Amino acid sequence: MTDAIVVEGLVKRYGATTALDGVDLTVAEGSVLGLLGPNGAGKTTVVRILTTLLLADEGRAEVVGLDVVRDADDVRASIGLTGQYAAVDEYLTGFENLEMVGRLYHLPRGEARARAGELLERFDLTDAAGRPAKTYSGGMRRRLDIAASLINRPRVLFLDEPTTGLDPRSRLAMWEFIAELADGGTTILLTTQYLEEADRLADRMVVIDRGRVIARGTGDELKAQVGGQRLEFTLARAVDLVEAGERLRPLAVDQPRSDEQSRRLSLPVRGGTEVLAEALRRLEGSGVEVLDVGLRRPDLDDVFLTLTGHAAEDVPAADETATDPVPAAGGSR
Amino acid sequence: MTTLAMAVSDSLTITRRNLIKVKRVPDLIVFATLSPIMFVLLFRYVFGSAIPVPGGLSYAEFLLPGIFAQTVVFGSTITGASLAEDLQKGLIDRFRSLPMARSAVLVGRTVADLLLNVLTIGVMMITGLLVGWRVNTSVGEAVLGVLLLLTFAYAMSWVMALVGLLVRTPEVVNNASFIVIFPITFIANTFVPIDNFPSVLKTFAEWNPVSAVVQGARELFGNVVPGAPEPQGWALQNPVLYVFIWVAVFLAIFVPLSVRQYRRTAGR
Repeated sequence: MTDAIVVEGLVKRYGATTALDGVDLTVAEGSVLGLLGPNGAGKTTVVRILTTLLLADEGRAEVVGLDVVRDADDVRASIGLTGQYAAVDEYLTGFENLEMVGRLYHLPRGEARARAGELLERFDLTDAAGRPAKTYSGGMRRRLDIAASLINRPRVLFLDEPTTGLDPRSRLAMWEFIAELADGGTTILLTTQYLEEADRLADRMVVIDRGRVIARGTGDELKAQVGGQRLEFTLARAVDLVEAGERLRPLAVDQPRSDEQSRRLSLPVRGGTEVLAEALRRLEGSGVEVLDVGLRRPDLDDVFLTLTGHAAEDVPAADETATDPVPAAGGSR
Repeated sequence: MTTLAMAVSDSLTITRRNLIKVKRVPDLIVFATLSPIMFVLLFRYVFGSAIPVPGGLSYAEFLLPGIFAQTVVFGSTITGASLAEDLQKGLIDRFRSLPMARSAVLVGRTVADLLLNVLTIGVMMITGLLVGWRVNTSVGEAVLGVLLLLTFAYAMSWVMALVGLLVRTPEVVNNASFIVIFPITFIANTFVPIDNFPSVLKTFAEWNPVSAVVQGARELFGNVVPGAPEPQGWALQNPVLYVFIWVAVFLAIFVPLSVRQYRRTAGR
């Protein structure tokens, strides 16, 4: 399989700060790459360099075999970009926005219009097509923005935090649209700080932190890096944590973790449900009262915590902008 | 498509987009003309009575060409503020990620603002006629007068385009540009004759391109007294030529600088 995106040794500095410190990655044609990392990790910088908006200080990048600096114009003709903030013209209607972008891709007027109508339909915006985008909700704007980036049927689509600031319902709808595009064969590079999002949409993931790649692989491979499954107990009384820990210690393959606040005990274990049964047997007659118990596979939050030492969702509140005021999917005039 | 055809087509697309905004937000024209109308009323009826005009010309006839120049110079800030707004909203990013001509966003912007200026000058001329201003020359000369104003306005738009791309915040564009725009419109022959200015200011006013625009417009609209003494200084004796030199210099400097800034500008 050929690679639609190739990035080698990308470095970008802003004065004394190093935004990217030697990033390498590849994205296979027709696949979805999730570029994962907390705020300020350098995700957007990577996207801006790949979409010809920014020049790297070192390294090189190719999109569909074209150099992003030398063949910038040809790259632009083959890609679609949806940035972090819905870049639609508020004074233009949904239809006018798409028609304008189509014309700027040099589609003939008739084709630009036909394509605009088609995409409005596909993104459930037909009812709102004649209204200025100013009147759209956050979710509708984001859909219009994605529709604009699809006008020219791009081979590679860049989605920079496509669901940041959307309400849960709009987020789900957006996930469905993205999954559909991926099924249609579009190569997608998606940045996100939501681990669930990457896990759900991406074939492969690259985790970056402070401008460096700290892990890469499929979701399962990343989880494997953190280790196997964990047995988690929630106890009725915090004082029982020590006793329970001692009794269960032989089952654990590594040091158990306990948390007094949540009265939780967590043990890395090997094996399946038989370990669970054995653990419960060992606590019988000890007087330890168990409220809840479960066998859990690590999720990407554990991956992040293990790899970076800080949680992924550990982001400044300033990022929580632009909530969706009216989830008016039906639209009205 | 050839490169040139593409640049023209892209610029037209952007011009059209900018004009749709003018249509949807009529406040834009209202506010672009409201303050010059207030200046007309203020100077014509309040200060005007105390301002002696050489050769017995009516103050309304003296004033209006000045107002026209002031209107287009102030109006040029719209170019900068609009570009800063597009930058802030991420639209410039979108445009820069499209395979469109690198000059189109700026050409489309300045051309739309030029058309907006046609409209505002029209409104100001009607206002002028209502307060006693008259055109005393041929239609051809009057049209040339309007063209002189528009040409200068277009060059100023490109100056402000660079300011907008550098400053990036619409409000700051407005405030920053007034630091320059205020002195160049007021230390000039716009509202009062410059003969009695202190010597330094008088020299500034004589070589100020805005003075030349006003002088040129006065001559082309026939708002000068026949046989009145020539103004002092080469610039005001050859106002149209002098204005065109400024226009050429502005365009030669600011078109390439603005396009270069646009190419390297990163939003937010």
